[in-house]
Amino acid sequence: MEEPLLCFRNISKSYYGNKVLTNINFDVKKGEIHALIGENGAGKSTLMNILFGMPVIHSTGGFDGEILIDGQKADIRSPHAAMQAGIGMVHQEFMLIPQYTIAENIKLNRETTSPNIISKFLGKRLETVDTAKMNADARRALDTLDMDIEAYTTVAGLPVGHLEFIEIAREIDKSDIKILVFDEPTAVLTESEAQHLLAAIKRLAGMGIGIIFISHRLDEIVSVADRVTILRDGELVATKDIEQTNAAEIASMMIGRKVSIERNSETKRNISGETELLVEGLHVAMPGERVRGVSFEVKKGEIVGIGGLAGQGKLGIANGIMGTYPSKGHVVFHGKELKLNDPLAAVSSGLAFVSEDRKGAGLLLSESIELNIAFTAMQTRGMFMTKVLGMGFRNDSAIRKHALGMIKELDIRCESPQQRAGSLSGGNQQKVCVARALTLEPTFLFVSEPTRGIDIGAKKLILDLLLKLNEELGMTIVMTSSELAELRSICDRIIIICEGNIGGVLPPDASDAEFGLMMSGSREKRAERSCA
Amino acid sequence: MAENKTENSLSQRLLSAAGQVGLPTLIIAAFWLLTLLGGFAVGISMQALVSDTIKRAGMNGILVLAMVPAIQSGTGPNFALPIGIVCGLFAMVCAIEAGAVGFGWLALSFLICVPLAAAAGYGYGKLMNAVKGSEMTIATYTGFSVVALMCLAWLTLPFKNPKMGWFIGKGLRETIQLDAVGAAQILNKILEFRIGDVIIPTGLLLTFAFFCILTQIFFRSKTGIAISAGGINPKFARAAGIDIDRNRILANIISTILGAAGIIVYSQSFGYAQLYTAPLMMAFPAVAAVLIGGATASRAKVSHVVIGVILFQGLLTTALPVANVVFAGTDLSEIMRMIIQNGIILYALTQVKGDAK
Repeated sequence: MEEPLLCFRNISKSYYGNKVLTNINFDVKKGEIHALIGENGAGKSTLMNILFGMPVIHSTGGFDGEILIDGQKADIRSPHAAMQAGIGMVHQEFMLIPQYTIAENIKLNRETTSPNIISKFLGKRLETVDTAKMNADARRALDTLDMDIEAYTTVAGLPVGHLEFIEIAREIDKSDIKILVFDEPTAVLTESEAQHLLAAIKRLAGMGIGIIFISHRLDEIVSVADRVTILRDGELVATKDIEQTNAAEIASMMIGRKVSIERNSETKRNISGETELLVEGLHVAMPGERVRGVSFEVKKGEIVGIGGLAGQGKLGIANGIMGTYPSKGHVVFHGKELKLNDPLAAVSSGLAFVSEDRKGAGLLLSESIELNIAFTAMQTRGMFMTKVLGMGFRNDSAIRKHALGMIKELDIRCESPQQRAGSLSGGNQQKVCVARALTLEPTFLFVSEPTRGIDIGAKKLILDLLLKLNEELGMTIVMTSSELAELRSICDRIIIICEGNIGGVLPPDASDAEFGLMMSGSREKRAERSCA
Repeated sequence: MAENKTENSLSQRLLSAAGQVGLPTLIIAAFWLLTLLGGFAVGISMQALVSDTIKRAGMNGILVLAMVPAIQSGTGPNFALPIGIVCGLFAMVCAIEAGAVGFGWLALSFLICVPLAAAAGYGYGKLMNAVKGSEMTIATYTGFSVVALMCLAWLTLPFKNPKMGWFIGKGLRETIQLDAVGAAQILNKILEFRIGDVIIPTGLLLTFAFFCILTQIFFRSKTGIAISAGGINPKFARAAGIDIDRNRILANIISTILGAAGIIVYSQSFGYAQLYTAPLMMAFPAVAAVLIGGATASRAKVSHVVIGVILFQGLLTTALPVANVVFAGTDLSEIMRMIIQNGIILYALTQVKGDAK
């Protein structure tokens, strides 16, 4: 059998005692397109960081296992060493200098030069740049990619699709490139650009370069890859030949949890037919989580989940409605049009929000627990205030009384209500955030990533708390989370967001494959097109 | 082993105590103690030093207090304090022109300075909102520019009162004696008393205390809490529906008014109103004092002001005579003042980033 180009042997890695990769074994052959897929946090980036010898790996104690290149053990301790070993990467964010020409960008710091008088005295770094030769080299690289654009064009103003290709051209222009990693290469491209890129990737593989293709778009993987490796929670689930599998199977392997989903169906829920919140054509300009026109409605008493992969826009929805990021569209709450881009209007209308940005928008870390709990109610409702000469002053005893009540009610583990919020554990901080939201006595609660960075035990407590609020107070809850299992455990239905739009709505007991496919944006029409 | 452990915990406790008080505060306090000992050794009257320290702390106090609202609102130390100062100076000059004397002059000065400073502070607050991220640099140069602009005003405004004019030519004098309007040390002398040779300027201290309490109370009000929250964590405040820009403007209005009131109190104690370039550098000792007191460029309390102004002014008043005796014939004390003042500001500014986390 042919010697594999690149082998991962028993790769394990832990950050501060947290195991993020366990015994990863797979290999990439010459001329093969090997797809790597997994949910956020499955370990893809860590694996690639190891391959590139990124400092973050070595400053946290290195990794176990070994990497073989051409059958030789490779000791890659820095990105520079990775480059010399023939490993290239096409970045998700373009690392190009807009004011330089394409050729200059491709040749940056590897310019072809010829000696001149000054360089004879002052060294090689002052040699003349051989523009003609650089343009010719760049031309060759661009031709390989089937790009008919002049190498002396400046990069500024070129469409994103071209930028991606220039990045690739830079990698393949390096002599003896053996392995090329594509990290979500089509994420920013249009449909036709993506097709063009996939064709180029195939051509590169045809030249004998081993390709690692990271993507969450299942249809792309099925159409372009030779083999696929699925990671989940830092473990390798399977490596499969693409002919022997299909998108649905990959999706279910990607999502499937070993932990079964506990769902207590015998609850005395009270969902009325009345629409409490109506969202139409909501656009939110939240960086990295852009929402591009979603419409949905929420019935009174429901728990609605919003799921999807990171960066697809699920987090933008609550932030847009609550006014923390610029938004446009129509939101009708309790039959009244809600003023957007005005946090005060949102909070005053009876909506409350537990932000995903717990340490940022969620808490005043350096202030006391009690102030954190009372703050929003003080500012928007004038609660916990004593009036003196027409001016409101904080009423410490009322704040204390309320805070103690909340601490007891939500079981916040702390020494005293005056303890700094920043000194609490993640779970207790989250409870403080929930307590502040509840202080507003809302009828409708947005909760984003309620269990991020919280240990397993505390996760359950938070979810139970949300369920209790819903059951006992009839509070309508919209929960946004990256953890599908969590959404499936308490939500009545789950809206999956994909590329800023609603990918679909699923019941919590839908199959893993359905969730996986929908999160990967493999809607039927796309799947059909890639088959055709 | 066990002994070692207790020692460890003791040193740890000391370290954490030091961490709470803050490094600059400790260093300056130690330094002050050192100069006091030095002064004692060379035979300088301790009672005179203490009197001086109290007086100078009292007269500078409100100027330092002006830092608190600005820092709390997130615009950083008010390096544009000269804006408030020229408002105060202008008010004093107007009050003299109006022919007021004694307490009447003082009251009229305060009365005129408030709307002036409020208007100037509003404009300055607007400017601060337009240059978010580089407030401190812009503030410094705004202060400089305003002082320069006012130099023209002092020369050209048609003030007629002979108590303030040059003896020949037009324009106002550089220093205006407040004795002429019966207002020199007018606050200091209220209920002034002595303990031995130590003079306690009760009125001055009460005025400072009054402004401190006012500021303290303000930061317990709804608006005050909102301003602080906006300074600590703008995202958090915005999510709670707070208009951060409006609060920053309000905080800078208050800061500018405190600056204006501060210079009036300062001038009456000093006995002179100093015009032209005198206000140019006045922001820096105030900034240094509040930072020495334990404030950071993003967090300040009234207690920081009190501690800081006593330590900083104490060190200056002590260091001056001591250095003059020890290093006779040199101007070392002024150099030391510059090193301490600017060193502290530099130190605090390097801490800004770490603090924001």
